[in-house]
Amino acid sequence: MFSLELLLNALVAGVLLGGFYAAVSLGLTVAFGQLNIVNIAHPAFVILGSYIAYMCNSKWGLDPILVGIVFAPVFFFIGIGVYRIYYESFERKDDEALRGLAFFFGVMFVIEVGLIMSYGVDFRSVQASYIGHNWKIGGIGVPTRMLVPFVVSLLMFGGVYLYMSRTFNGRAIMAVAQDRLALQLMAADPVKIKQLGFGIGIGTTAIAGALLIIIIPIEPSVGRLYIGQVFAIAVLAGLGSIPGTLVAALVLGVAESLVSTLYGPSWAPAVAFGILLLALAFRPQGLFGR
Amino acid sequence: MKLGSFWLWAAVIALLGAALTIFDLVPVNAFVYFAGYVVLQYVVLATAWNIMGGYMGYVNFGTAGFFAVGAYTSVVLYNLFKAPLLVMIPVSGLVCALLGLAMGYLTLRLRGVFFAIATLALAIVLETLVINWDYVGGATGAYILRAREIAPFGDYIEFLFFVMLLLAIFAVGTARWIERSKAGRGFAAIRDDEEAAECAGVPTLRLKLLATTVSGFLMGVAGAPFVLYVGFIEPSSAFNLVYAVNSIAMPMIGGATTWLGPLIGALLLGTVQQVATVTISSELNLLIVGALLIFFVIAAPEGIVGLVRKWRRTGNDR
Repeated sequence: MFSLELLLNALVAGVLLGGFYAAVSLGLTVAFGQLNIVNIAHPAFVILGSYIAYMCNSKWGLDPILVGIVFAPVFFFIGIGVYRIYYESFERKDDEALRGLAFFFGVMFVIEVGLIMSYGVDFRSVQASYIGHNWKIGGIGVPTRMLVPFVVSLLMFGGVYLYMSRTFNGRAIMAVAQDRLALQLMAADPVKIKQLGFGIGIGTTAIAGALLIIIIPIEPSVGRLYIGQVFAIAVLAGLGSIPGTLVAALVLGVAESLVSTLYGPSWAPAVAFGILLLALAFRPQGLFGR
Repeated sequence: MKLGSFWLWAAVIALLGAALTIFDLVPVNAFVYFAGYVVLQYVVLATAWNIMGGYMGYVNFGTAGFFAVGAYTSVVLYNLFKAPLLVMIPVSGLVCALLGLAMGYLTLRLRGVFFAIATLALAIVLETLVINWDYVGGATGAYILRAREIAPFGDYIEFLFFVMLLLAIFAVGTARWIERSKAGRGFAAIRDDEEAAECAGVPTLRLKLLATTVSGFLMGVAGAPFVLYVGFIEPSSAFNLVYAVNSIAMPMIGGATTWLGPLIGALLLGTVQQVATVTISSELNLLIVGALLIFFVIAAPEGIVGLVRKWRRTGNDR
């Protein structure tokens, strides 16, 4: 029953899945790891992105990835709006711990229930020419519905990484949680910088959502499962490390793929949360933390 | 409030409950008991959440996990030796208290937000375990046959209602007692500034573990009669996110710093939900809960209790 071919297949599928997870958790790495904003509504925004891709795809036959890229700026401005509310109501009053968390929990719940009310709980999927092929390379199956999101994920990931490490604003985003005062001395407004960073984080969810619905059909409540994945990756990566996020995402993807091949898919959801609980208990600074 | 008048009120309410359920003083439609049970269950859950969340400022997103562990402990006990409800309740409570203690021990030395995320993770890990555990029914669920009638209450639901009423009084009484004890002042110190509290000699880790244990116990107790109430249990109903949302929203809306807040919030929001589920759709009613939660954390951070206090204060000034 168990063979090398099965193992290789699981590994390849895991790497492809991990690349996609990197795209999903990138925004949280920025918001949670670098800006210190515990956005538990992050996966809900991903699902919202999926439903927008679904709507444009089923109505006008538009390509889901194209829809994701077009809507990324829209999500960017939504993110800025959400951060304004968050800043004015909680962060400025130094009250983000309890009420800020409850706020994002409420946002997550409203998005989920709103989607259930408008689309129901049926699973939805998208149509595109590159979905449904399966390339065989020496006995190893590479389904294109995994390969295309993998490539797009890595492109987006690389783009954000370059922006963060090469531009002034990008470096300011990485610096804002570490030393606000130093940033102000460099003539950058910490609030504006955080707003920009949070906007970018939410912006990536539009594309990540489009990729998600290419990979599997979704319904509104699957977002909750991704909370485990994104936070496991963010913690394992060592909060705020962008290259660490990619490595942690690949680790998680491979681990999940192996578990669902060896023990059955019904155990897969526990992998992310199990890794998260273990990481929190034994290595809270993450693999790449200081 | 005079010393002891709280327990006087509690005794009056318990007697009223007994008068209604045992002696049927006033004829009451069975639906009232079904709906009332759910509202009282939320009083217990919201109060339990508030011991951690409101008094200490540590958010627990895993209420549904604790609740479901309480419910599934009852299933195990029933499968083992057809345990009666009076055995199920304390055992479920103890199992969840241990779970809370373990949870706290693993995460509470970290920043508070990790505790919040870990509770969310815990609920999903537990749900996956239950789904894959055939002894308690797995993903398909398990039936429990309950007696139709029980002496001296008559209909079984009246008995369950009365039990939940007593549990609610017990939970609120415990929370009130903690709030006024030395531990309660320690909790408030942790909420306001954990480092300062630590420096002032407050045993923060021990107090935090106490809070997770008590809170877990009460959540488990609330879940224990659930299987007998529904008669059929499956993972998706026992681990429903609605429990987590409500147990956060109710104290936040009522006012999270006193025992009165979750009580008011649960009675108000719970009753509105029961009425709304019958008259409007249940999804819309959940949307309202979410929107109310967001509105209250932004606009009225002290909840209804805080609003009333503020209003009284300005009234006295005039």
